[in-house]
Amino acid sequence: MLEIKNLDVWYGGIHAVKNLSMSIGKGEIVTLIGANGAGKSSAIRAVAGLVKEASGSVTYIARDGGAVSILGKPPEYMVKMGISLSPEGRRILPHLTVEENLTLGAYSRRDKAGIARDMETGYSLFPKLKQRRKQKGGTLSGGEQQMLAVARALMSHPDLLMLDEPSLGLAPILVDEVFGTIEKINEEGRTILLVEQNAFAALKIAHKAYVLETGSITLSGTGAELLQDPKVQAAYLGG
Amino acid sequence: MFMQHFINALGLGSLYGLIAIGYTMVYGILRLINFAHGDIFMLGAYFVFFATIQYKLPWALGVFIAVMGAILSGLLVDLIAYKPLRDAPRISALISAIGVSFFIENASMVAFTARPQAVIQPKQLVEAFSVGDIRLVPLNIIVPAISFVLVGMLLWMIYRTKRGLAMRSISHDIETTRLMGVSVNRIIALTFAIGSGLAAVAGIMWALRYPKVEPLMGFTPGFKAFIAAVFGGVGSVPGAMLGGLALGFIEIMSVAFFPTLSGYKDAFAFVLLVIILLVKPTGLMGEKSEDKI
Ligand SMILES: Nc1ncnc2c1ncn2[C@@H]1O[C@H](COP(=O)(O)OP(=O)(O)O)[C@@H](O)[C@H]1O
Ligand SMILES: [Mg+2]
Repeated sequence: MLEIKNLDVWYGGIHAVKNLSMSIGKGEIVTLIGANGAGKSSAIRAVAGLVKEASGSVTYIARDGGAVSILGKPPEYMVKMGISLSPEGRRILPHLTVEENLTLGAYSRRDKAGIARDMETGYSLFPKLKQRRKQKGGTLSGGEQQMLAVARALMSHPDLLMLDEPSLGLAPILVDEVFGTIEKINEEGRTILLVEQNAFAALKIAHKAYVLETGSITLSGTGAELLQDPKVQAAYLGG
Repeated sequence: MFMQHFINALGLGSLYGLIAIGYTMVYGILRLINFAHGDIFMLGAYFVFFATIQYKLPWALGVFIAVMGAILSGLLVDLIAYKPLRDAPRISALISAIGVSFFIENASMVAFTARPQAVIQPKQLVEAFSVGDIRLVPLNIIVPAISFVLVGMLLWMIYRTKRGLAMRSISHDIETTRLMGVSVNRIIALTFAIGSGLAAVAGIMWALRYPKVEPLMGFTPGFKAFIAAVFGGVGSVPGAMLGGLALGFIEIMSVAFFPTLSGYKDAFAFVLLVIILLVKPTGLMGEKSEDKI
């Protein structure tokens, strides 16, 4: 569904992503793991259209089955094509209510009935959000904000959902809850690209995984393979 | 007598408020003081002058042309002077704003001549009538009435529609708003269009009130409206209207009750600005955080 080939990302003189290639099949959960500063966000942000200096190719198989080259297109185009990113740090709009945050997520759509339906789906995935729907985003706890960020990213009805460090700053019990929901979202037919520092949580649910070190992919395999890999265990799993 | 002053102040204040909204909305989204805003106000007044006095078109059509012309001018200013500098340091856009304002003012002096031109007021607007012992001029009632209706519509748009939601979102976090599928440049253009349209309406009503147009007529009202926007809390639309009304009342009432001070009336606004910046830099309804220019 998404084929990234030889992706390079620069910030002026900083070469943040080097010759990265990844392939994400329809219906998969694919994870990109790596330490802080490895270039994970840069890679995923390039796919979302937020990075200015990027080269290589990103090919996306759209809903109608046609392959389109999307690198360099603006974020609003990606959203229209069915790609959605829940950014690092959640980026909830603190002065808008939960419901307004979700409505904003559906900005690209016109089908009122479908939007209402998806809002209910979001609330059923994260029942806590429903109780708080008239509350300002800034008053939510960290975990609730993360749930809102995921629910909001789903409001554009994406085929490919990209998540940048959904475990960031969450207590372990909440990480389990959020990752459980990510699996559920995947089972309902959505493809997921998951960027994580929390390698253990990510590898447990991933079908396929890539390890990123200082901008380059150094290892790849199935989630289960990498969980057993001694190098991965030493570097990312504290074993 | 007090009623007269009250209505006068309401009229002047709502005009300041209408102009202030353009400053505050653009600042809220781009963190930019659009110095050319007062000149858009002036252009609106000239467009209506040319359409109705020069070309003798009916007023309704003249107003429509003036508002459209001002909106187009506002969009052009954004396109030429600000859009290429979106990612540049803020000071560059600010300098560009000052430059474009000078340009419009000087080009207008060449195109329209620097000489003030009289605006012939339609009779129905200025024939006074009495209610009890109060003499009322229709224009003085129409000005605040139109202003309040427009502000009401704008608030509805900001708080009840999708585009309004996008505006409120952009002013906090442009990048995240883009991730939601919002075309930010379109929302910015919409903001300039709304601000310019309101400035044009204010310019038209101003030209009818004083009744004349001149190329630098935007300078003082523009500056005062800017102060009104700061007073109300930059970024807040209700705040801009309140700030405008406050300024209108201060100006009219001080001159009414201390006629000896009338020579200083333009100075009151500046005194007010200094006081706000010292006492409450965020204004009446401004956001708490965030760096301002
Ligand atoms: N906006 C930016 N400007 C300059 N350098 C950046 C910017 N964003 C990220 N970087 C640099 O790029 C590298 C990769 O960062 P990032 O993609 O955020 O890594 P990760 O998400 O894996 O923590 C880091 O060295 C970081 O300092
Ligand atoms: Mg990151």
